[in-house]
Amino acid sequence: MKINRKLFPYVLTLPALLVCVGILIPFFTAVYYSLQRYNLKMPHMKGFIWFDNYVNIFTDPSFWNTIKVSLTYTFFTIIIELLLGLGIALLLAKRNWLNNILGVLLVLPLMIAPALASLIWRLLINPNFGIVNYLLSFIGLDDFTWASHPDTVLFTLIMVDVWVFTPFIMILLLAGLRSLPRQPFEAAELDGVPEYYKFFRITLPMLFPFILTASLFRLLESIQQFDIIYALSQGGPGESSMVFQVSAYLQTFQYTNIGKAAAMMVVLWAICYFLCHVFVKQWHKLKIKTKGELLQ
Amino acid sequence: MSHSKMKSAIDTFLKGQMSRRDLLIKAGRYGIGFAALTKLMGMQVTSALAAQDFDWKKHSGTTIKLLMNKHPYMDSMIAELDNFKALTGMNVEYDIFAEDVYFDKVTAALSSGSSEYDAFMTGAYMTWTYGPAGWCADLNDFIQDSNKTNPSYNWNDVVGNLRDACSWSGVAGDAPGAAGSKQWCMPWGFELNSVTYNQRYFEKAGMKPPGDLVEMTDQAEYFTKNAGSNEWSYGIGTRGSRSWATIHPGFMSAYANYGLTDFENNGGKLKAAMNSQASKDFHKQWVKMISSSGPANWSGYTWYEVGNDIGAGASAMIFDADILGYFFNGNPDNKEAGNFGFHGFTPNPSASAPTPNVWIWSLAMSNFSKKKDAAWYWMQWCNGPENAMAGGVKHNQVNPVRESVWASGDFDDKIRGTSPGYMEQYNSSIDGSKIHFTAQPLFFETTTEWAAALQEMQTGSNVDETLDKLASKIDRMMKDVGLA
Repeated sequence: MKINRKLFPYVLTLPALLVCVGILIPFFTAVYYSLQRYNLKMPHMKGFIWFDNYVNIFTDPSFWNTIKVSLTYTFFTIIIELLLGLGIALLLAKRNWLNNILGVLLVLPLMIAPALASLIWRLLINPNFGIVNYLLSFIGLDDFTWASHPDTVLFTLIMVDVWVFTPFIMILLLAGLRSLPRQPFEAAELDGVPEYYKFFRITLPMLFPFILTASLFRLLESIQQFDIIYALSQGGPGESSMVFQVSAYLQTFQYTNIGKAAAMMVVLWAICYFLCHVFVKQWHKLKIKTKGELLQ
Repeated sequence: MSHSKMKSAIDTFLKGQMSRRDLLIKAGRYGIGFAALTKLMGMQVTSALAAQDFDWKKHSGTTIKLLMNKHPYMDSMIAELDNFKALTGMNVEYDIFAEDVYFDKVTAALSSGSSEYDAFMTGAYMTWTYGPAGWCADLNDFIQDSNKTNPSYNWNDVVGNLRDACSWSGVAGDAPGAAGSKQWCMPWGFELNSVTYNQRYFEKAGMKPPGDLVEMTDQAEYFTKNAGSNEWSYGIGTRGSRSWATIHPGFMSAYANYGLTDFENNGGKLKAAMNSQASKDFHKQWVKMISSSGPANWSGYTWYEVGNDIGAGASAMIFDADILGYFFNGNPDNKEAGNFGFHGFTPNPSASAPTPNVWIWSLAMSNFSKKKDAAWYWMQWCNGPENAMAGGVKHNQVNPVRESVWASGDFDDKIRGTSPGYMEQYNSSIDGSKIHFTAQPLFFETTTEWAAALQEMQTGSNVDETLDKLASKIDRMMKDVGLA
């Protein structure tokens, strides 16, 4: 069958168009629901209330706590995972048999579903029989409260997130490190440039696009984290680890308040969009700057 | 030959003219093992039902589909399902989900209006959502229709408090079972919240089970303080996760025993009552007990952890579902199996009897089912007197919802033989048992917030301020839906 030359480009873009429609339909459905009083258990009250759901959540102190907890969680997980991932990637950058084996072993946590990882950690930190608590008892920390106290719950959740997702950053940065051109390093070697100078002036700038890409991926996942937090604390104690996804999950499945849950998800989308926009803009700037520095 | 003689002996037994002991002796004489005997009994019960003046075969060839939670009640139903198939000629399919995801699955299935499932397991509280939303059928239409319900079904044999607890008018503040209520579900098995304690530990400590909440706190403190040199780790196990499930067992049972309520009902307008002075005093006592003698990671405790800890000997006692103790006591995989005592608990020194809040595993019919009449056949068989008796005596359908099962000597023998004190606990608690919550559509929101507040208080927040904050938050939630 011959396809008209004029139509051919549209046919080629059809799959992308279908994917786009597949993404946009749920998105606009969520926006539509967010403008309604839509609670499944009170069907008689269903109807348009325009921005009342948004007004309600923005005037609720719990929502601002959710934003604070979500952003804190995201910030610390990204920073710690980046630092650890970069450190490990630098240590493994040189190809040899030991580094190759270590590289494979270090990726193992990434292959465990986050919910399962949380359950593993729940057992490890159990005060009655957990091995971590047993080991901590040797330094007098056997009654560390982990996820059962507001002061330590975020630390515990971030620790599990770091355990699961640091290998992801490590893989990306290791691939980046191994793909960097050799010439600048060889030239610096010949000139006797100190190691720290090489790292800060050559390695890091050239690695920045990889760092930003890895950070962007983690940012999007971290701010939408559900499994780890729900499995370990369900957002508690109190509201101390309540993040967007857990809150929206409760609104949807336990409280059947679809309108409010949709409004929360639209707000989360707006935050993600804003942060991504900042990241991508920064990424472009750095790309131009890095190219410029290398040309000089 | 021996089989036909045995069938006649079973008939005599089913008519109540022979004791179980004599039946077993006869079975031994005829060389019939226990497994064969229970099979024969099932067949005889089925034959007796089939002989009724009721067309059990009306829906022969029809297939119905059930949505079920993984639970011993379900296991007992499946063990007897062949009898239902033989009786009706119907086929039954089912999907089984773990409890962690079960209710999400039910919500998803029902809210989508899917006709995939004809009947499902539920809790009574859930029907406060499903009923008014139009997701489940009013079972009164079936129970009261003699053309659809077999003559031996005897709905009134189901414990009255439980029948009431499964019905509601849909009007916030109306008591379950009040005039105008619709029967959103039928009780299938239930839990009373009482004390299960480790008899070995209590004997070692020279203690009797607690008489009231203050004594419970003192005893729990004793066990926690003396944990280092003994086998146990702490005194009292209760649930603590950030969920409605933390509020409804021991906590609500004790709260109600002090005469406290969750809401004041002013002509259908509800006002949160958790911050009354009496409630604040109660919360202080409860928080003191959990903080000083509960598990270290209490805020993550669900029924599973509570049961595991008493089973493993980590806790000295629990204030939770009686069947939790029953099942962990009977499972030889648990270190402390066989060591548990059961105690109907009256937390308030001024109260005369326990007032356990009940959790009822129930059966409901999907309003979207295209085979409602056929589904009703399965439901009336499932919680009918014959199957309830089989579940209680042959399997682990504990606690059964029918008075006739509790009155049966066989069931009594079984429970007394495996769980000393259980029957006494039941007898002392059943009259005061009911759903002590105010029926209202935001049950899950309000109780989850309540659990979150309890967590805050347990980790050091001021009790008075936290309860004031909770009450004002709940009032705002009620106002948003026009109920305050």
